[in-house]
Amino acid sequence: MTTIGMETQVTAPPRRRLLQLDAPAIMVLPGLVFMVVAFAIPVLILVADSFRDASGLSLAGYRKVLGDPYYIGIIWNSLQLGLITTIGSLLIGYPAAFALSRAPARLQVLLFALIFLPLTVSIIVKTFGLAIMMRRDGILNWLLLNLGFIERPMRLVFTEFALYFGMINVFLPLMILPIYSVMRQLDPRLTDAAASLGAGPVTTFLRVTLPLTMPGVVAGISLVFSISVAAYVTPGLLIGDRFMTMSQVMAKAYLNIRDFNLGASMAVVMLVVAVTIVFTSTYFAEPASRRGRKG
Amino acid sequence: MMIPRISFALCWVMLGLVLMFLFTPIVIVVAVSFTESAVFSFPPQGFSLKWYYSIRNADGLLASAWLSAQVAFISTLISLVLGTLCAIAVVRRMVPGGDAIATFMASPLMIPGLVLGIAFLQSARLIGLNDAYATLLIAHIVLTMPFIMRTVLASLSMFDFSMVDAARMLGCSYPRALWRVLVPNILPGVMSGALFAFIASFDNYPISIFLVDVHTKTLPIQLLNQLEMSPDPTVAATSALLIMATIVALIVCDRLVGLKRMTTI
Repeated sequence: MTTIGMETQVTAPPRRRLLQLDAPAIMVLPGLVFMVVAFAIPVLILVADSFRDASGLSLAGYRKVLGDPYYIGIIWNSLQLGLITTIGSLLIGYPAAFALSRAPARLQVLLFALIFLPLTVSIIVKTFGLAIMMRRDGILNWLLLNLGFIERPMRLVFTEFALYFGMINVFLPLMILPIYSVMRQLDPRLTDAAASLGAGPVTTFLRVTLPLTMPGVVAGISLVFSISVAAYVTPGLLIGDRFMTMSQVMAKAYLNIRDFNLGASMAVVMLVVAVTIVFTSTYFAEPASRRGRKG
Repeated sequence: MMIPRISFALCWVMLGLVLMFLFTPIVIVVAVSFTESAVFSFPPQGFSLKWYYSIRNADGLLASAWLSAQVAFISTLISLVLGTLCAIAVVRRMVPGGDAIATFMASPLMIPGLVLGIAFLQSARLIGLNDAYATLLIAHIVLTMPFIMRTVLASLSMFDFSMVDAARMLGCSYPRALWRVLVPNILPGVMSGALFAFIASFDNYPISIFLVDVHTKTLPIQLLNQLEMSPDPTVAATSALLIMATIVALIVCDRLVGLKRMTTI
């Protein structure tokens, strides 16, 4: 056991040959094999299921999902749900993240915890609270009434307003946190420098702040979009069948009408949407993050 | 100089509104749970704890909470063991294609929950696995794995492995060196990952909905059922208890690691 031993130890323990050969396999295989069997194969089976029905190989599910205007409308509904939730969260979340990143250190930790906490509260619980909030005698009607926006209490639950109000409420922290984590690394002197070089506030924002915080924005957008496009619980409780989404169709196909071919095809379409978001966002985040990160 | 100041102030106003916005539904649920009347009304009428007592009598609420806790605990524990071992091998470059393995193990998080749920349902049917408990457990191990992988990989990347080599030079066997040196060092980060995994499993609706049966229902399924069938403040009381449990868990986690480190999601 001299210095030679020490060099080899990093990758190969010298004493027990058996362990040295087998340790990596023993460590990786249980988890890897489990995930292949319990995760990869079931997803592949689902994809295979989408290409066959009771009679054998068939594209009937896709012909329905991608050919029938009714189902195209549903796919569009899902995308719209994702888009509006994402844009709303971005418009509200970006300035909030900015204020958060400029807060004094101790306050910042507290505010951060307050933004973070709702994320750990069950979505069902939050949606339940939102539904109570938007009842005819709920706090939101009371507020709108007293601020003079409306003359008499409105029916809010089961409207698209309720849907987006609720969706943004549930997923907003997922937009704020990634933007904040990039923004707090931004050196405030950069904006001062831009200002002292003669750039106006709008130019400074567009040319300095926004480009440097882009990695956070991209991360937030992809996170919120990918989760809200597939949301099931919140739309189900706040608007129900009046706004059919891909998620509702999938759940109904398996739980109610038992049209597995339809459900599987819809699931694959959603899978493609999800994978596309992941790849697009990594593509956009890569070069930007290299520019944005400072030493 | 006016525009920056005004826009800065507007940002602060926005942050304040955001906090109010985020907390109103949560506060409302807690407030309603203490109400006296059986209909949800705001502001709540009177004060009583009767809805908390009625949790015990409500059909299946306690049983489903217990089931959810079991599934979340066991699946997190299994993911923790399998994921940590895997992560160590990947970080130490003991196996070829380590990065690919790590990405693969963390990828269930990128797939919509309903899609995963349907995939599990079809496969369980295909191999004739009828036991809801076993299916739930397997599905939830897959669900919790990404949380463990991410936090463990992040913790390991900050760990200095020459400490393990030092322990080995001092006569520790390799497994023992890992247990005595590596584990205590990465434990705080790993615990926060485990907490997130637990919460994700405990709260999961979209995967579980396809796997439960009449006798085996997790809490989210039971809660939503109750909400749709007979909404009364018992649901609010259950939710309020969940909120309090979450806050306690977060405080514990904050003491262990500090909230900020937990959120490198």
